[in-house]
Amino acid sequence: MTLSSIARKVAMALSGLFLVFFLAQHFTINLTSVFSEEMFNSISHFMGTNPLVQFILQPVLIFGVVFHFVMGFILEIKNNKARTNNYESYKGSENANWMSRNMIFSGLAILSFLVLHFYDFWVPEMNYKYIEVLPDDPNRYYGELVHKFQSPYRVVFYSISFVFLALHLFHGFSSAFQSVGFNNKFMIGVKKFTIAFSFIIPLGFVFIAIFHHLNG
Amino acid sequence: MNLTLKIWRQSNSESKGKMVEYPISDVSPDMSFLEMMDFLNGRLINKGEEPVAFDHDCREGICGMCSMFINGEAHGPDRLVTTCQLHMRKFKDGETITIEPFRANAFPVIKDLVVDRSSFDRIQQAGGFVSVNTSGNTQDANSIPIEKYDADRAFDAATCIGCGACVASCKNASAMLFVAAKVSQFSLLPQGKIEATDRVRNMVKQMDEEGFGNCTNTGACEVECPKGISLENIARMNREYISTLFKS
Repeated sequence: MTLSSIARKVAMALSGLFLVFFLAQHFTINLTSVFSEEMFNSISHFMGTNPLVQFILQPVLIFGVVFHFVMGFILEIKNNKARTNNYESYKGSENANWMSRNMIFSGLAILSFLVLHFYDFWVPEMNYKYIEVLPDDPNRYYGELVHKFQSPYRVVFYSISFVFLALHLFHGFSSAFQSVGFNNKFMIGVKKFTIAFSFIIPLGFVFIAIFHHLNG
Repeated sequence: MNLTLKIWRQSNSESKGKMVEYPISDVSPDMSFLEMMDFLNGRLINKGEEPVAFDHDCREGICGMCSMFINGEAHGPDRLVTTCQLHMRKFKDGETITIEPFRANAFPVIKDLVVDRSSFDRIQQAGGFVSVNTSGNTQDANSIPIEKYDADRAFDAATCIGCGACVASCKNASAMLFVAAKVSQFSLLPQGKIEATDRVRNMVKQMDEEGFGNCTNTGACEVECPKGISLENIARMNREYISTLFKS
């Protein structure tokens, strides 16, 4: 990559903000499963069959995820090369929080979760629609979701992953605004919103998983 | 005070250094950290040993020469002070104090605690200036009205002494805060706006060429900066840099 350090930083920020937006949308749809089976099936069927979502937005999303991870690894490698002789004593916790210093580890935890998540939902979906080409069933989505959360191991793994997602969002969301040059009197509000978002969304996902495990 | 000092000793830029322990007694709590180092060196010289090399100049916190990484933090545990303004009363009797040079590949060690920070000079030379006509027709700077808000922000940025604590503290050894302060101090003023595009472009290019790491917004630089340079400056530099992408 021949991008400048600031260009890389802006690229990370924009792809991250895009993923945050996607996360909010994903959470909203999932939340409907708690309140209404019909509504969840209806929205899922729309998302699963609409050509705009399937052939434009979905590839863009996959590109966004891959780009964010690849760029994250590139940054980590470059940053490690900037100091090859480490300190005997380095008190990183005195001047920066754990989340900001360990984005690569929370990111790797999220990546391992995504592998399972794709295996759980995306791969069977692709198989259903494009490989086995099974008949369209608009009412299958809720049942598939509930079935996945019957395993307590999966619920525990998902819940732990969402803790790492919360930690990643806690630094990443407001940091993205700083990276694109937004740091003014509204930044306090952005940081407060970041704290709320990084707790509510992952906690909500955990709630949905436990809800379906207990009610399935 | 009786202390144990663990100090990085390295005879030159090519040799491999190591931490060496020096027990030291009768240190006054009123000594500055550098006076304590002078005290240690006096004893080493009396014993016929090589004194510890370290950078210092004004000893008033304004030159940016002192550069030690003390007990895991740039300029030690105190906030908003340089090493020369740090006093021994900040440490406990019997404590072991670790003293290392600022570490970054762009700040190679010359000897012991002395590092080469000329990479900062080269970044400055790449754009940290305002070109002024000196033919005799130079406009008096005071005749140009500047809003107080902008003047204050420019002054705050200009208080950066270029010590390198931001680089030393950053887990990525990033120089963003230093470069952002230098970009901001000029770009906030009308005299600096003329060359703003080239300035940010050239300074960032030089920063990258020197091998500093990328900024990941941990904020460690802002906390450890002895002059309290704000992260707002980095956001301003990012804005300026993004805007250059739309200019020829």
